[in-house]
Amino acid sequence: MPSELITNYFRTETLPHIWCPGCGNGIVTRAIVKAIDNLNISKDDVCIVSGIGCSSRAAGYLDFNTLHTTHGRALAFATGVKLANPKLHVIVITGDGDSSAIGGNHLIHAARRNIDLTTVVFNNSIYGMTGGQYSPTTPTGDKATTAPFGNIDPNFDLCELANAAGATYVARGTVYAVNILEKVIQEGILNKGFSFIEAVTTCPTYYGRKNKKGSAVDMIQYLKENGVMYSAWQKMSDEKKIGKFPIGKLYSKERKEYTEQYQMLIDSLGKERN
Amino acid sequence: MSEIKLMQGNEACVAGAIHAGMRFYSGYPITPSTEIAELSAELLPKHGGKFIQMEDEIAGIAAALGASLTGIKSMTATSGPGFSLKQENIGYGIMAEIPIVIVDVQRSGPSTGMPTSPSQSDIMQARWGTHGDHSIIALYPASVKEIYTTTIRAFNLSEKYRTPVILLMDEIIGHMREKIDLEELKDIEIYDRKKPTVPPDKYLAYKVSENDVVPEMAAFGEGYRYNVTGLVHDETGFPSGNEVVADKLLKRLINKIENNKDDIVTYEEYMLDDADYAIVSFGAISRSSKVAVNELRELGIKIGMFRPITIWPSPEKQLSELSKKVKKIYVVELNAGQYLLEVQRIVSGQCKIGKYGKINGEIITPQEIVSFIEEDIYA
Repeated sequence: MPSELITNYFRTETLPHIWCPGCGNGIVTRAIVKAIDNLNISKDDVCIVSGIGCSSRAAGYLDFNTLHTTHGRALAFATGVKLANPKLHVIVITGDGDSSAIGGNHLIHAARRNIDLTTVVFNNSIYGMTGGQYSPTTPTGDKATTAPFGNIDPNFDLCELANAAGATYVARGTVYAVNILEKVIQEGILNKGFSFIEAVTTCPTYYGRKNKKGSAVDMIQYLKENGVMYSAWQKMSDEKKIGKFPIGKLYSKERKEYTEQYQMLIDSLGKERN
Repeated sequence: MSEIKLMQGNEACVAGAIHAGMRFYSGYPITPSTEIAELSAELLPKHGGKFIQMEDEIAGIAAALGASLTGIKSMTATSGPGFSLKQENIGYGIMAEIPIVIVDVQRSGPSTGMPTSPSQSDIMQARWGTHGDHSIIALYPASVKEIYTTTIRAFNLSEKYRTPVILLMDEIIGHMREKIDLEELKDIEIYDRKKPTVPPDKYLAYKVSENDVVPEMAAFGEGYRYNVTGLVHDETGFPSGNEVVADKLLKRLINKIENNKDDIVTYEEYMLDDADYAIVSFGAISRSSKVAVNELRELGIKIGMFRPITIWPSPEKQLSELSKKVKKIYVVELNAGQYLLEVQRIVSGQCKIGKYGKINGEIITPQEIVSFIEEDIYA
């Protein structure tokens, strides 16, 4: 018997999914659904918007209002959905290439506006759908089909990028630390503003194989050993931080939310007329 | 009571859009379409609608598509280079059957061209700009009043056929000011997309009911949870790689427009009843052509003008009939010969075809048309 989460929130007739054995995307998708379930939000009030890539296929499997858009544009479509109907909880599912290469402009501007969207980036450090090309988050030196001699591009820290651009909730989780991932997605949905969650996931088929990272289990083991809770991370020396990364809530701040500001504008013009 | 205004073409576009029920506009600044964004920014919040200036042209159309899915009539406007940038998402709107209006106030190109000299060189981009096999609706008014009425019609057709509709304009009519009586236009009917007539558990988002042309469209948030995708999809909206599903869907998307030309196609015929010759012309240049017809008639040449208002799908039947009646058709357009190709295809040897075009950023004057045709006939 599948779990109630599956029967209640997935379009079960569309399963099995297209992801490879050992892929972490199912774990992130489940965490999103669990966060929505924990918050007891009606399925009719949730809109999932995704772009193009492995991660973005998640939208179709989920029993919400789902919008699978063009490559890189999920946040731009989501901005239209949210501004037109602010009652919807709009959650954006995207990948590292989708959100930070072709869609990088939309990411910084959605964060700048602080529009109430919750963005979950499935970061597997590679373009999986097209067969393993390097993305803006592929670590320097790592290999990919388009970096056969090692990647010379410096890579983005997406959480730092989102924070600098103005996101009011920024967190990172991994497909090992599932409870933390659920918790930060939940907090992201509750935050009235632009929330950014980097979900570090695993691609054993392309990224793992190209870089000799071992099996799917080995890759998850790596996340277990190197993802450090932010509270502990802050106390660590620079030397000890090498090779590790912080997880959990990283940043939050108060800023005015975009759709609320727009509604205030409409209301004030209405008063002027009256 | 009349309500007479002196209005610019771009202003009339916004006024018509609001009349049609537009309550969402997203776009990016580009001349010569910017007044459409500026006026939308001012008027929409006063009508309880929303305006947003997006970070780029692609986001401009993407946000409009997203807004339309929540049941709100949406528009974006642009010009040459921006129209190129929007093409991928026009295809998305076609595939996912999302009603929106895309205004393209044409300017000269290619690339940045001569900002912002007039041009009619996006005729073929409107037809074939997005990749893949598809049909498209593109309308092209020629006066301020007609911009108002045609913008309403663009919304009506986009709602009725669940498809992006392109409203072609040009720098000349976009910036031209003319008298318009809004009172006489206030009763123009508007058409809203058909909502589901079945409960959510019976709803198939992409199934066309008998006697309908398009699927009934639920808004996000109304309890009809369905999937929208740019991938080939089955009647539930879920992606499919099946060749039978693909064939059925793509043919339906093309045929919903091609099989309803009688409803979609509009045109103007001027002095064609006894004509030996005809000019085919549209938008601002049709106004020069009309003056040229009058002057050529004074010179004793029996000539008239056929003006497609629906550019795509083209008035195939009417142009074919015309070619059986006249000795020669002159296609007069502000480009190197784009609609000419469509007219040649339709006429298919039934009469002679001449062309007059221009690509130097200047308009075509009536005098130029008169000399060209006079010389051609008496040569």
